[in-house]
Amino acid sequence: MNILQVTDLVAGYEPGLSIVKSASIHAAEAEIVVILGPNGAGKSSLIKAIAGLVPITGGQVLLDGRDITTVPAHLKVHQGLAFVPQTENVFPLMTVEENLRVAGGILPPAEVSPRIDEMFTTFPDLARQRRLMAGSLSGGQRQMLAVARALIVHPRVLMLDEPSAGLSPKLVEQVFSRLSEIRRAGLTIVLVEQNARAALAIGDRAYVLVEGREAHEGPARTLWDSPVIAELYLGHRKEAS
Amino acid sequence: MNLQFLLDGLIAGSMIGLGAIGVTLTYSILRFSNFAHGDFMAWGAYAALAVVGVIGGSTPMGPLSFGWPLLAAMVVAMGLTALLALALDWVLFARLRARGQSIIVVMASFGASMALRSLLEFLFTSSPTYFSRAIQIATPIGLGIRITGDQVALLILTLALVIGMHLFMSRSQRGREMRAYSQNPALARVVGIDVAKVVRATWIIGAALACASGVMVGVLVQIRPMMGLDLLLPIFAAAILGGIGSVPGAVLGGLIIGLSEAAAVQFVGAEWRAAVAFVILMAVLLVRPMGLFGVAER
Repeated sequence: MNILQVTDLVAGYEPGLSIVKSASIHAAEAEIVVILGPNGAGKSSLIKAIAGLVPITGGQVLLDGRDITTVPAHLKVHQGLAFVPQTENVFPLMTVEENLRVAGGILPPAEVSPRIDEMFTTFPDLARQRRLMAGSLSGGQRQMLAVARALIVHPRVLMLDEPSAGLSPKLVEQVFSRLSEIRRAGLTIVLVEQNARAALAIGDRAYVLVEGREAHEGPARTLWDSPVIAELYLGHRKEAS
Repeated sequence: MNLQFLLDGLIAGSMIGLGAIGVTLTYSILRFSNFAHGDFMAWGAYAALAVVGVIGGSTPMGPLSFGWPLLAAMVVAMGLTALLALALDWVLFARLRARGQSIIVVMASFGASMALRSLLEFLFTSSPTYFSRAIQIATPIGLGIRITGDQVALLILTLALVIGMHLFMSRSQRGREMRAYSQNPALARVVGIDVAKVVRATWIIGAALACASGVMVGVLVQIRPMMGLDLLLPIFAAAILGGIGSVPGAVLGGLIIGLSEAAAVQFVGAEWRAAVAFVILMAVLLVRPMGLFGVAER
């Protein structure tokens, strides 16, 4: 059964100027779904729209069978949809622990501290830096904090916007390895990425988004060698560079 | 040299600092400069005066010029001022904020300021009034400095409110949410923070502290419809000097402005007092625009 079902989504920042033009994706339980595409394809806008940060003007978003299309962003996380933005994904002037605590605010108060301890067990690096301002963390540590912040509320679906952006190859490997572990715990992950090779290596299925529409869907393991990728994605990337 | 100006500056700075907390919170969370904030102070003072009139006066407590009715009235007035701020937001600011043009909200706050001030003059006249007309005898505390009971009470109240605010912002979930929202509104929404509740808390806290500051001005100086407008420039200078969004910065900024004004009166001349806040404001904007505790915008 699909945990997340997005059908014919139309979304954009300005009325009448859609960035996501008619995108349909779905994700099953404990599945990693990768969304690829050239720059400007609408990948980030798609997951921001699902998260409630970009106005939706058409289509439908179902989470676990419930229609959350028009649910405000702050209530979507209550329903189990967590989102990690690409940049500025932590509160820089709050400590690591405060970042987790403020996100844990939607949990019953008695659960917050134990859940923070669980996050520190899962991410031991963060435990060592719990009193440091999040703004002073390295790129990789910030990304881990952002993921921990999203996980603290027991989401059903975790959406990440380019978690590898700005990270060294070694850190990308660490982040993606951690995402694989999280998936094994039963979480559904939707991953928007420019780093197609790394994302497809951990993904189950992938979509290629072009001009706000899904142009291709297929198993992640075989997509890298697919002519569709070469034509639709890599071709555009080469032209862009 | 007479060191009395140090105490005078500390007292003035306390009142400015409390007012500046509301301004700095409104600016960092609601993203606009609320020029009606000074009028919340005046409305708070008049609300306390009205409540005292209803519950009746009493004999002063110890060395103070006021009794428990004024303290009770101040608490009630803080609530009433918070309601005024919430009503103003509902009627005016929220609708304009939704359009996303902060300059229009700023201009609206100018209009609201004038309307609130005119309404006070209509209701209470523009003549000054007082919580108490009793004359307080100042007690010498050394180094040529003298202090009254009311001034001691004001310093204690300021300290208590600032410590309370610091604990609220750092230890309570709502305080953390307010800080989070001021740092990154979009991220705050995706971590489940209810923006409407943060906005309400900002108005309530800012207005309540403005009221407390207004009551203090009323106790130590006098109550006038223009009292808030007179303090507006020092309050904004304090908020900017301390760093927008920083509660301790606002208080420290207030103390620096208050002490600088008092020093100007002592060493330069009373006619230069009002210019000091302006000079400090300009200097901060030119040298360190993010203020003492602020961070540069990315």
